[in-house]
Amino acid sequence: MSNTPVATGAPRELIDPLTTRAAHSDFAVRLRANSEYVVIPLLALIIAAGLFAVFLMAIGKSPVDFVSYVWRGGFGTAFSFQNTLQRSAPLILTALAVAIPARIGLIMIGGEGALVLGGFAAGALAIPMIGHAPPMVALVLMALFAMIVGGFWVGFSGFLRYARGVNETISSLLLTYIGIAIMNFFVEGALRDLSNPNKPSTMPIGDAYMVGKIPGTQVHWGFAFGLALCVALYFLMARTTFGFAARVTGGNSRAALAQGLPVGRLIVACSAIAGACAGLAGFFEVAAIQGRANASLAAGYGFTGILVSFLARHNPLVIPPVAILLGGLVASGGLIQRRMELPDATVLVLQGFIFVVLLTSETLYGRFAIFRSTKERDRT
Amino acid sequence: MSVTEFSRRGLLKTAALGVAGATLNLGAVKRTFAAADLTVGIVYVGARDDFGWNQAHAVAIKSLKEVPGVKVVEEENVPETDAVSKSMESMINLDGAGLILATSFGYYTPFVVDLAKKYPDVQFRHAAPLWSQDKDPKNAGSYFGYLNQAHYVDGVAAGLCTKKNKIGFVAAKPIASVLSNINSVLLGARSTNPNATVQVIFTGDWSMPVREAEAANALVDAGCDVITCHVDGPKVVIETAEKRGVMSCGHNASQVPLAPKGFITGAEYKWITIYKGYASDLAEGKSLPNFLTGGYEVDFVQNTPFGAAATEPAQKAALAAIEGLKAKKPIYVGPLKDNKTGKVVIDKTYGNLDPFLDKMDYLLEGVVGSTT
Amino acid sequence: MNEAAVITVLIAMLGGAIRVSTPFMFVALGECLTEKSGRVNLGLEGTLVLGAMVAYAASYHTGSPWVGVLAAGVAGSVLGAMHGSICGLPRVNDVAVGIAMMLFGVGVAFFFGKPYIQPTAPRLGSIPLGFWSDNASLKSALQVNPLFFIGIALALALAWSLRNTRWGLVVRTVGDSAAAARAMGISVNGVRLMTTTVGGFLAGVGGAFLSLSYPGSWNQGLSSGQGLMAVALVIFARWNPLRCVAAALLFGGAGAIGPSLQSVGITQGYYFFNAAPYILTLGIMIATSSAKHSARDMPGELSMAK
Repeated sequence: MSNTPVATGAPRELIDPLTTRAAHSDFAVRLRANSEYVVIPLLALIIAAGLFAVFLMAIGKSPVDFVSYVWRGGFGTAFSFQNTLQRSAPLILTALAVAIPARIGLIMIGGEGALVLGGFAAGALAIPMIGHAPPMVALVLMALFAMIVGGFWVGFSGFLRYARGVNETISSLLLTYIGIAIMNFFVEGALRDLSNPNKPSTMPIGDAYMVGKIPGTQVHWGFAFGLALCVALYFLMARTTFGFAARVTGGNSRAALAQGLPVGRLIVACSAIAGACAGLAGFFEVAAIQGRANASLAAGYGFTGILVSFLARHNPLVIPPVAILLGGLVASGGLIQRRMELPDATVLVLQGFIFVVLLTSETLYGRFAIFRSTKERDRT
Repeated sequence: MSVTEFSRRGLLKTAALGVAGATLNLGAVKRTFAAADLTVGIVYVGARDDFGWNQAHAVAIKSLKEVPGVKVVEEENVPETDAVSKSMESMINLDGAGLILATSFGYYTPFVVDLAKKYPDVQFRHAAPLWSQDKDPKNAGSYFGYLNQAHYVDGVAAGLCTKKNKIGFVAAKPIASVLSNINSVLLGARSTNPNATVQVIFTGDWSMPVREAEAANALVDAGCDVITCHVDGPKVVIETAEKRGVMSCGHNASQVPLAPKGFITGAEYKWITIYKGYASDLAEGKSLPNFLTGGYEVDFVQNTPFGAAATEPAQKAALAAIEGLKAKKPIYVGPLKDNKTGKVVIDKTYGNLDPFLDKMDYLLEGVVGSTT
Repeated sequence: MNEAAVITVLIAMLGGAIRVSTPFMFVALGECLTEKSGRVNLGLEGTLVLGAMVAYAASYHTGSPWVGVLAAGVAGSVLGAMHGSICGLPRVNDVAVGIAMMLFGVGVAFFFGKPYIQPTAPRLGSIPLGFWSDNASLKSALQVNPLFFIGIALALALAWSLRNTRWGLVVRTVGDSAAAARAMGISVNGVRLMTTTVGGFLAGVGGAFLSLSYPGSWNQGLSSGQGLMAVALVIFARWNPLRCVAAALLFGGAGAIGPSLQSVGITQGYYFFNAAPYILTLGIMIATSSAKHSARDMPGELSMAK
């Protein structure tokens, strides 16, 4: 596994006896220790924002304008906010696809491929069911099939890692490109809807079979399912034996092996869960938005999900707010393009700044005395 | 459902109603709006300056900006997902757009259709012949130029310029409009040179520079001495052809400066005809036509001015072909067979705008290559 | 497939091997050096794209494509230095930083590169090595860019110096055992910073090739994961610079399969032929890795080895 722990909270607690002891003492001390995980990322965000502001001023644009358009375009009105929520729905799921393997010490970036194949699988499965099966049954089967296909795809990466030592970051990325090629092959060939000659897609699933919006809002159910999955996976990783075993493996795989943990099965299981999340995102893209599977599935959600997961320090409970933040940034991109005459790559640059500064801030953990418990400080 | 959840949803709902109310009022203002001032929103799927599809629209919309009283807001690199839905809605709500131009195939279903139903006071026009009178809302519509007519003219000129009788075509995806372009090049070339053939290589996507360069090289290696294409940004194909010393025909925008020695002519859209028409209709308060398609006979397409490789006879033949197309002379005159099974796919003569041709999924006999 | 068709495909693969392999070669060599010193730089994809843009822009403004190449190298080394210095801080994960730098490099490249999509910049010329042949395709396949030869020369120089010079020993020690290096008084972070910067320079030059030679144009779809594939290449080549060259040639040839097969009439399943480089990379990685043996040639300090 990696040399330095991949920004996971749990293994540090396990390995560092000092903090464990601190956990047994009073609440204020625990709060102080844990606030490090909030303050430092926040500090990183502020610094990144500052750097970006300098960047904007260097090219003659006003950072104040930028922030105001981000607010207006992403959060300020009900319309923008719901736009943001809708955009963050796939991001939540693809971020989970990075966060779960990260907990076991793997850096997997194959969410895009799993999303595309999952969406394609859902669209393909719909074809024989339209008109014959009741919508709920069809949708559930499509979702399950999408999750199975996605899970298999990323699980394969995990398997390669365990069985052959193949670096999972590169293999998951290669599988993404291969997965997109597979989808294109079928969507333009065997499974193509011939009544739609200009945009190769699978057969439309029809309005009756589409996933609807959460009542009272403009946001589809994928958002709610994403939230639910975050909570469920948090419990899985933090409160079950499986999660505990996974985190131990993530901290030190050799020690885990020595302990007799089924490392191989854990790795494949975590990778499969990750792929299932991304596959589900693909299902929602097909069933809630497009109504069919086609090349528009490869819209980059998988890659943005990587950023979300790292920003959230791979904690499933923190993923939703971070996804909303990033979703808002992306949502406001259009307004920024139109009002500030900036290219759409601006949001990419900002994301790059945030990501780089955030990773650099990793070095600050454990350096500030203010966060350490009084017992630890007295020790020095 | 907890208390906090309920009140958050309630808050969203009231906020949404508030915005909706504001929009409705805005709608009333918009109708008289048309006489005074108009905001046109246009959405591109790629970069505005791609030397291709998006640039053709951008150039046309630029002329629209000079019309007094018209303001244009543009957004580029909008993918064919619900992102375009939100972009269009944002243009309507925040920029007050009264006319939305959606320029990519995949924008129509379901995004443009759903949004047109939601905002009946805003006009939506989509650059593909997809609008259906019985199914789609009245404030939506389509416009399209039959570029295959211009490709036919390309073929006419290329047929006389080629010495090896082999024309190469770099194509993105095997969809109807691309296949029609390929077939039209063949028919145009055969009208002046019965021995001409067209060889096609599919790259698989609309914009893949390395693969396009490889494909162009492979076609030249296979003996083609005229290269043309249907990809979003023909820059790489034309430049590669020029580097290899073969002739080229352009697509979507004018690539004359890229091939000073080998350029013959190119197939370009003339969106400005349509856009100016919309603007003047709106200024006069007239309702916009829902379905505007056509080719040379209504000035929706054009051919790039001839380049250095266009010989005298080629130019004459091309100009004659253009006159013929303006007079609605049909391109697809049956019976024509396909190149895979040999069965007749075009049984009789079809008018150039006949919807039968929009379903094309075959390559005609004489084209070397396959759609899958 | 008849004989003429086979020859056509083979010539196309030869041409592809020479043309398409050059950026792979430079990025792989740069990454090879970086990984020999114990660090992974996945951000080379971003460096590649930024190098392509800077090269095109510099060539456009100065009129000299070689200035463009140099400028691309400098830009690449800036990104490499950024990566190197951030990863030098304790507790920072270099794989993650690489992904972040990829995003950052691509974002900056697209942002500043917009005005350069349209104009035509002076391109790098090629040496016509096929002058002896009558076959036009062979002549074109053998139009070799000087950078190709520079790349091979670089590989030879790198292989030799890693083995025979003191500097090479320093790099290898830092990569195999940081503790041993520190005991020798070498600054581990300093060496890694240097190798990452040089690696960035080479990747930038590789990007310059993309925009100034083949396909010889700047736009937003220029690279499709080539930087990342080059990193996979290094693993496949077992961290040997000469094998990196061989692997790059293999990949270039594989990239040319799709279009050239279509040109001789084999048109079924072109999506898979186009995905050939990715499938090939994955297949090779699976075949050459194993849970037990992968560590043999791998520099011991690489985070992937732990």
